[in-house]
Amino acid sequence: MAITELKKTELKKEQEIVYEQNSEDKNEKKIVYKTNGLNLWYGDDQALKNIDLDIYENEVTAIIGPSGCGKSTYIKTLNRMVELIPSVRINGEILYRGKNIFDKSYRVEELRTQVGMVFQKPNPFPKSIYDNIAYGPRIHGIRDKKILDEIVEKSLRGAAIWDEVKDRLKENAYGLSGGQQQRLCIARCLAIEPDVILMDEPTSALDPISTLKIEELVQELKKDYSIIIVTHNMQQAARISDKTAFFLNGEVIEFGETDQIFSNPSDKRTEDYITGRFG
Amino acid sequence: MREKFELDLNTLHTKLIEIGSLTEVALGKSIRALEKQDIDLAIEVLEQDVNVDQLEEEINDFAILLIAKQQPVAIDLRRIIVSIKIAADIERMADNAVNIAKSAIRIGNEPLIKPLEQITKMHKLASEMLSLSLKAYHEEDVALARKIAEIDDEVDDLYGEAIKELLQIIPENLEYMNQITQLSLVARFIERTADHATNIAENVLYLVKGRHYALND
Repeated sequence: MAITELKKTELKKEQEIVYEQNSEDKNEKKIVYKTNGLNLWYGDDQALKNIDLDIYENEVTAIIGPSGCGKSTYIKTLNRMVELIPSVRINGEILYRGKNIFDKSYRVEELRTQVGMVFQKPNPFPKSIYDNIAYGPRIHGIRDKKILDEIVEKSLRGAAIWDEVKDRLKENAYGLSGGQQQRLCIARCLAIEPDVILMDEPTSALDPISTLKIEELVQELKKDYSIIIVTHNMQQAARISDKTAFFLNGEVIEFGETDQIFSNPSDKRTEDYITGRFG
Repeated sequence: MREKFELDLNTLHTKLIEIGSLTEVALGKSIRALEKQDIDLAIEVLEQDVNVDQLEEEINDFAILLIAKQQPVAIDLRRIIVSIKIAADIERMADNAVNIAKSAIRIGNEPLIKPLEQITKMHKLASEMLSLSLKAYHEEDVALARKIAEIDDEVDDLYGEAIKELLQIIPENLEYMNQITQLSLVARFIERTADHATNIAENVLYLVKGRHYALND
């Protein structure tokens, strides 16, 4: 091969390397929530201590830790639900898409249209399946029956429950099984097209089969949403999350790739907790 | 917490030390059978190998049950996986003891054409490696695990020497071809045995550090 040709190939290789690096940059995930030095008190009791945590787009972030470690408090801080408790005091900041959600100018209603939440116990409204889903969009001013129909179908499909309920949309949601009710609540959450879904132990009241259905659903949903899930079930965190944060006594002890946390955690306390030797 | 699980892990640990001890004995007997040309002892090695095989199977079954019932993660999971892998290495070492014993039987009572010099040295080192690897496993001693790799280099050198010498004496000892072949095989069996000890050392490193290390290169 002539020297000039050699140089050309080398140059090409270099260009390829540069290109790969660039495309890597492009693939870098965006941060949805950035928590900086967050402290939270219930009266005199400090429930969260100096939390720094980044939540990434289109990922499932699991929050694990023993009871009273602050994981539910943290997730409820992300949509400012925690402020409903009168004695709560907060400092530090949580940036949602770059804006501090505690800023006086930040409208909590706006935040909550972006951030849906699913709770431990399914909590459908005592209304028909259809009205449960249409409730949010109606509040947001959608009246057109055709559009509402579309939203209802899309949301129920998104929550993998459409086939089970499509022939009984006018029936009361209370007639559904626990697992179905929980998927209905997820569908209700999807109806307002949120950006983030918070899940506070969404399967702890469900049987194993319903649990697996929700877990599979979470894997589907992360393609379109960013999901933060609090769970007591460590195998669940290991199965479905991309990143895991271990909370203990209001602190984040370890945060990282789920694969690493469950195979080779760097902190002894994490190891003790996930191997069931805690306390 | 998880006391039953802790007990089960200890049982697994004990079984592994046990299979290691059985193999140490087998290796010792096989080389003695070769040195003393003791056919009965060689046959004993062959007959007793079934105990090692059975114990390996027991370890595997027990480990699989523990995984199924306890869903171990992190260090616990590594402990169990490593037990399975170490048991397999030890079982292969015991097979090598059987192979050495078979060679001893094949040489029979024919006078040895040369002293077993390197083979004896290699065997001593390989046995030391096995007991050190068991100790490293028992005490989760990373430094010891690394030392085993160093000894393995010595074994490899001796293996090279042994084969070279055996090849050199072929022309004037054509009538002893069977013996020379058997002794070359024995050297090879011991060299492989040492490699298995190094594998155990690698597994100890993995157990403690949670990362893979290559000590056989």
